[in-house]
Amino acid sequence: MIKRVVDFFGEERYASQRRRLFYLALVLIVIADFLVPREHTEYLWDRLPGWSAVYGFVSCVLLIFVSKFLGHQGGLMRREDYYD
Amino acid sequence: MIDFAHPALLFVLGAVPIPFLKVPIRRIYLVLVPLLGLLAVVTMQPGSYGATQFLGQDILIARVDKLSIVFATVFAIMALIGTVYALHLSHPGQHVAAFVYVGSSLGVVFAGDYLTLYLFWEIMAFASAYLVFAQGGQRAIGAGFRYLMVHVTGGVVLLGGIILHGHSTGSFLFVPIGEMGPGTYLILAGFLLNAAVPPLNAWLTDAYPEATVTGAVFMSAFTTKTAVYVLARAFPGTELLVWLGTAMALYGVVYAVLENDCRRLLAYHIVSQVGYMVAGIGIGTEMAVNGATSHAFAHILYKSLLFMGAGAVIYVTGRRKLTELGGLYKSMPVTVALYMIGAFAISAFPFFSGFVTKSMVIAAAGEDHRALVVLALTMASSGTFLHTGLKLPYYMFFGTDRKLQAREPPANMLVAMAMAAALCIAIGVFPQPLYALLPYPVDFEPYTGSHVTESLGILMFTALGFILFLRALDPENTISLDTDWFYRKGARAFMWFAEKPVARYEQAVSNASETAALPLLNRAARAGLRIDVVAVDGAVNGVAHSILRGGGALRRLQTGVVTHYALAMIVGVIAATVILAVAWR
Repeated sequence: MIKRVVDFFGEERYASQRRRLFYLALVLIVIADFLVPREHTEYLWDRLPGWSAVYGFVSCVLLIFVSKFLGHQGGLMRREDYYD
Repeated sequence: MIDFAHPALLFVLGAVPIPFLKVPIRRIYLVLVPLLGLLAVVTMQPGSYGATQFLGQDILIARVDKLSIVFATVFAIMALIGTVYALHLSHPGQHVAAFVYVGSSLGVVFAGDYLTLYLFWEIMAFASAYLVFAQGGQRAIGAGFRYLMVHVTGGVVLLGGIILHGHSTGSFLFVPIGEMGPGTYLILAGFLLNAAVPPLNAWLTDAYPEATVTGAVFMSAFTTKTAVYVLARAFPGTELLVWLGTAMALYGVVYAVLENDCRRLLAYHIVSQVGYMVAGIGIGTEMAVNGATSHAFAHILYKSLLFMGAGAVIYVTGRRKLTELGGLYKSMPVTVALYMIGAFAISAFPFFSGFVTKSMVIAAAGEDHRALVVLALTMASSGTFLHTGLKLPYYMFFGTDRKLQAREPPANMLVAMAMAAALCIAIGVFPQPLYALLPYPVDFEPYTGSHVTESLGILMFTALGFILFLRALDPENTISLDTDWFYRKGARAFMWFAEKPVARYEQAVSNASETAALPLLNRAARAGLRIDVVAVDGAVNGVAHSILRGGGALRRLQTGVVTHYALAMIVGVIAATVILAVAWR
């Protein structure tokens, strides 16, 4: 059972199936976010349905590119023999 | 004393017989001690034990309350899991070091005064350093020495702070700090160093990936979390901690993007996750301290699971760099599945442990009207899933198939991982038992509709970003500069002066030992051998064997192999603890 589940995420032949499931999940999450009751709202973004999706995506992209920028242009990444 | 068995003594004294037991019995014994430790923690009654006087100062060996019990509980569980993971080891050294390490962490958690705390604090540093040295090889030994150097320095700072603080307040009792003074700032610095708060974080990400496969699992759990405990005890509500914690949550995530070594990536995520705890302690409300404590509990379990997963890959393939790994899912499906449970738990997916603990910290920040902290910690959550849930498993288990010869790790490793995984899910599904352990009453419901959809939105759209920009994340064959640069490069200048006299001294010492000490030891060993040959009956045979072994051990003292010296230190530590125990009685 475990092997079949893991294979589903690894094998190339399931790629399109995986993609369709993933996008379906994204759509369902956003729809659900519009439907859930929001009784306790402290901040502006708590009242915005779909906010978390946007924020998650933006965070991810920011983290990737800001970090890589710091690594390459900021000089944080060095050759492996730097300390030798 | 009968009503209270100190679990620290149980582990430290329990380490003594390990080298003398033969393998099948040793394995049973190794599992038995953590079980007894867990029993001791679960059955202990709140109160103060072992109050005495030392050099005219009040000493309190053990103070048991809710805060110390919750940390001790997870430490005992972790000791059991880590021991099972290491059961296949044939040499006893690492088991001894791990037990002393666990025991001293428990000693810190129950310490009622600063002197007891300091004693166990130092033992912790030496015992854990052994787990790095035991890996052997130039890199590990270098990292081990840097690890020791940093912790010894931190220990001196802590001791200085303790003395100043004791002088100004007239008491060494370990209680919440009232007013900040020079002494308390030094104590805080010592604690922050062990919590790996930047810029004092580099010892962790430097040493943990160089430790042994099984040693790193222990290290991921104890040092930083004892630091979280002492911060929660002494410095709740310190504003500085809110900002340090928030910054370090993002700091670890940024470095994780750049990292190529699988365990170093996970080590940067320890920095990030401890950031949540430090921030929670800084906020200092009941809910925030509850959040920090419960997050430490959950963190120890899922982080050890992740380290066990990465360790299994290293154990099987001998490789540690993401650029050299890939395609292992076919041969290690169980490892993949168990690792992913840890990844879902650290990412705070609903029904996994991180969901019910991390959200408590973020909610506490929200209730305390700290919008910026909420946003920064939420962003760090996205980064957590991006690396431990997506990048690391993708490049380690899936991705390019490197055609590596791999298989599942030994059964004991899988069992240990399964234990941690089961707890990660159990806490996520049934958070109430954990909430009941927390220092304050819990008024928090993690499973509300909006919280679930919000978390899933953050996580799944992080996954979307990962898929779209996968190529930008490809690991690169580099190392990243961190604050260890200052002492690794700075030490060069110092070494240039020191090298020559030190080398000369070393030469003189080894000459002396070769001409004087070695022949003596050799003779002793030969004498042992002769006795062995002459005496034939069983009883005498046993004695002779032990003399022979003693001779061999003595000879080994002269090898210059650093692990042996480290082991000697640990033996000394055990002896000191025995003396302490006797004196206490």
